[in-house]
Amino acid sequence: MRDPTGDAATLWNILTSPTLLTVAAGAAVLGALSGTLGCFAVMRRQSLVGDAVSHAALPGIALVFLLTGTKSSLGLLIGAGIAGWLGMLAVLAITRTTRIPDDTALGVILATFFGLGLMLLTFIQKIPDANQAGLDTYLFGQAATLLREDVMLVSGAACVAFGLLGLFWKELKLVTFDREYARTVGFPVHGLEMLLTVLLVGAIVLGLRTVGVVLMSAMVVAPAAAARQWTNRFSRMVLLAGVFGGLAGTAGAIASSLVRHLPTGPMIVLIATGWAIASLFIGSAHGLAWRWLRMRLLQRKLAEEAVLVNLYELAEAHGDLEHPHGEGAIKALSPPNVSVPKALQVLKKQQLVRESAKGTWALTDKGIAEARNLRSKEGGKA
Amino acid sequence: MTSPQLEIQLIAVLVAVACTLPGVFLVLRRSAMLSDAISHSILLGIVCAYFIVRDLSSPILVGAAAATGVLTVALIQALERTRLVRNDAAIGLVFPALFSMAVILIAQYARTLHLDTDSVLLGELAFAPFNRFEILGRDVGPISAWVMGGILLLNAFLICLFYKELKVATFDPEFAAAQGLAPALIHYTLMTSVSITAVGAFDAVGSVLVVALMIVPPATALLLSRRLPVIIVLAAGLGVAAALLGYWLAHLLDASIAGSMATMCGLFFFAAYLFAPERGLVTQFQRRQQQKIEFALRMLAIHLAQHENLPEAATENRAEHLCEHIRWDKKFAQRVVRQAIQAGYVTEHNSRLILTDEGRKLAELAVAELM
Amino acid sequence: MNQTIAVEVSDLTVAYQSKPVLWDVDLIVPQGVLMAIVGPNGAGKTTLLKAILGLVPVAAGQVRIFGKSLAEQRHLVSYVPQRGSVDWDFPTTVLDVVLMGLYRSIGWIRRPNKEHRRKALEALEKVGMAAFAHRQISQLSGGQQQRVFLARALVQQAELFFMDEPFQGVDATTERAIIALLQELRSKQKTVVVVHHDLQTVPEYFDWVTLINVRRIACGPVQEVFTEKNLRAAYGGRIAFFVERQAEGQK
Repeated sequence: MRDPTGDAATLWNILTSPTLLTVAAGAAVLGALSGTLGCFAVMRRQSLVGDAVSHAALPGIALVFLLTGTKSSLGLLIGAGIAGWLGMLAVLAITRTTRIPDDTALGVILATFFGLGLMLLTFIQKIPDANQAGLDTYLFGQAATLLREDVMLVSGAACVAFGLLGLFWKELKLVTFDREYARTVGFPVHGLEMLLTVLLVGAIVLGLRTVGVVLMSAMVVAPAAAARQWTNRFSRMVLLAGVFGGLAGTAGAIASSLVRHLPTGPMIVLIATGWAIASLFIGSAHGLAWRWLRMRLLQRKLAEEAVLVNLYELAEAHGDLEHPHGEGAIKALSPPNVSVPKALQVLKKQQLVRESAKGTWALTDKGIAEARNLRSKEGGKA
Repeated sequence: MTSPQLEIQLIAVLVAVACTLPGVFLVLRRSAMLSDAISHSILLGIVCAYFIVRDLSSPILVGAAAATGVLTVALIQALERTRLVRNDAAIGLVFPALFSMAVILIAQYARTLHLDTDSVLLGELAFAPFNRFEILGRDVGPISAWVMGGILLLNAFLICLFYKELKVATFDPEFAAAQGLAPALIHYTLMTSVSITAVGAFDAVGSVLVVALMIVPPATALLLSRRLPVIIVLAAGLGVAAALLGYWLAHLLDASIAGSMATMCGLFFFAAYLFAPERGLVTQFQRRQQQKIEFALRMLAIHLAQHENLPEAATENRAEHLCEHIRWDKKFAQRVVRQAIQAGYVTEHNSRLILTDEGRKLAELAVAELM
Repeated sequence: MNQTIAVEVSDLTVAYQSKPVLWDVDLIVPQGVLMAIVGPNGAGKTTLLKAILGLVPVAAGQVRIFGKSLAEQRHLVSYVPQRGSVDWDFPTTVLDVVLMGLYRSIGWIRRPNKEHRRKALEALEKVGMAAFAHRQISQLSGGQQQRVFLARALVQQAELFFMDEPFQGVDATTERAIIALLQELRSKQKTVVVVHHDLQTVPEYFDWVTLINVRRIACGPVQEVFTEKNLRAAYGGRIAFFVERQAEGQK
């Protein structure tokens, strides 16, 4: 028999261990940052920028290490940031000056820069004391190795980013929504877009630590995609995306520490993506489940209206609007997939019909009026 | 050149052509990033198949990977159909999730496997010659060469067979559907081809080079030509050149072969970006400069012709006035006037510009061209 | 009559690669008129608008807004673009879009306050969309979208309005509402320049017209300028409706 309190104590120890707290905090901040900025990327149809920039960052990282031999987070981060930013500029240059479409330009930069990074990396591998481990975390993300200093750095960067977003909120929103109009009104559109680019590249490069190159695009897209399903206001979408990203980061970190051999990065991505998919179904703004529900309700309402009108027409043919008719007769007139008994029950509750003899139904006064109303709406046949 | 070196280059060339062929159509369909998505998500198929057959070299793995590739595309399309997610966002949601599942499965159940994510991404062509293919006990070459050769033939065959359908389905899928050409079927055939190619090349060169070869040489070819057959041949040729040159560069620098080849693809792209005969940046710049002058000459001619016999001619037809009236800065205006005089369109008389007969003809020509 | 000139365009030339899209265009827009810009497809109408607003690079020529450059006069100018220029799936409300017209006057960093919202609602009232203020823009019809854009332009309290095909794809009620609004603007001495696609309605809606086909064919009051000769010059041989007009004139 296992001791439950012992287990609970172990659990508590794990959950409050400084390592986990650090990792969870770091993952949360990074998730929130990439989620927030991801909204801008997604609305500007640049969802895969996360993928491209994270790949493009590699030569920067390798170069910094090659030139300075340092594994310090800040140095490598800056190298990654500059390389990623140059990559984005290159994508922009390609799409603006040639007929090459957006996604192809992203792919070209992604593959080329990453290939260059690989070449540089293999240079490093020949240097005797080069410890690949530092660079590995950038490729594949090892959130478990986040240190307190890293989290402080990341939190500081996040504060700056969120601050800038807040300051320039309405201008950034306008530029994302209607670029040309923003130009005519006189806003410095290029400057604002550059700001967004820098913020986005920063978020991606920082996020590489948690989930790594391959998975970064999910951290940019998933929280934004989820948030979009819960609100129709951009401001709330950005906020929600930050919350969702942060929660995914935390949950992933915790799950990873509780279960053995569960890598953090992929776990975070699965949680974030899972929530995005779930939001598609249950999201209050226009979730699929609600869509389906609304469609069913609409169909039911149409069925009820059809039954009411059919009853009216049957009665009309008899010259007596209160003449009762059997279910069978009504069924014959109604379309095949309509459940007549159910509809009649609902109509009875609404006091539009009454059951006279067993199995026969007649219109009430209210029902007659309603039926007339429906028919006149249909096309002036009343 | 030693035999392994030759074999490596052979494999590289086979991979290059096998990838660029479907790549051209991917790029034309604006689905370039699908190559990235598929080359990562097929890991899940490989892992699942491995758990069933417990044999890394089983062909079942290839089938599973191909199926996963198609599954990836199907999932992306399902997401798009909800109209709640844009197409690029759909890609970014699906493949990381599938890749994550694969990584978690490996970490949980297959930790000892040489299926670590490093090699998935990076591959190592240098080891390819060491896996030999044996028929009846005779060594007939490295496995990768046979595999990629087969895939290359498959891709070439598919493209030849479905050439016109691919063309139509890529250009105008609605029209194709109306004609009963089943663009959806073509689409999934292409995706299957991409998946098979990706998994075949995985082992040798890793997913990054696959993506590079599928996107960059076709994109480069797009800058050089607008005719589909030419684009296909150019893309394949560029891929081969990048593969060979990349190999030797890697040899020289003792660096990653895959990375070197990808970089080479990028260099070719950059060269085309600048110098392509019609669309290159440098070419365009030169041409624009020339056009600007030609344009300006015509504008000058028309301007002078219009104001010629009017009272404003005295003020309008002066060199200085050009700066104010037309948006030319002083230096440019001077240049234009000089060129105009040199070409015999204009003469200068007491700082008044007078149109010659040649100039008047030019003006008339220019006006007629506008109509 | 010595009228103020709202817009003066001289020698405007815009070229795309090597093809001229606008060539040596001169035109004058006096203050307080309702002007239509018409011409066949590809004639450069939208380009003319965008060139005046500084949205496309200009090969030659000058634009003056009330005698000064555009950069100095931006606060007097308002632009209603084509509906297709924006992603209507963007998560934002009708009121929000109209508020965007006030961003410049609100200034950097500050948020819209109650007063701004009131002004935005007023503009929405003017276009008959006040009830939709909190509606998500993806739920709007074409005509409603156009009205929202108009409200955004109105709220800027500009003196000069540029509109790109505002009647394109819009229902009859909305069209009537828009033209009534434009006429009201004119009565307040505002100037409105509209790229228009429907020749039939030019004499009815507008008092000035500019005919463009890469070059300026004519520019002036509708009575003087909207003639068969000029229309033929602008459209080549493709004006079928003129037969009807002449027949009508003979009645």
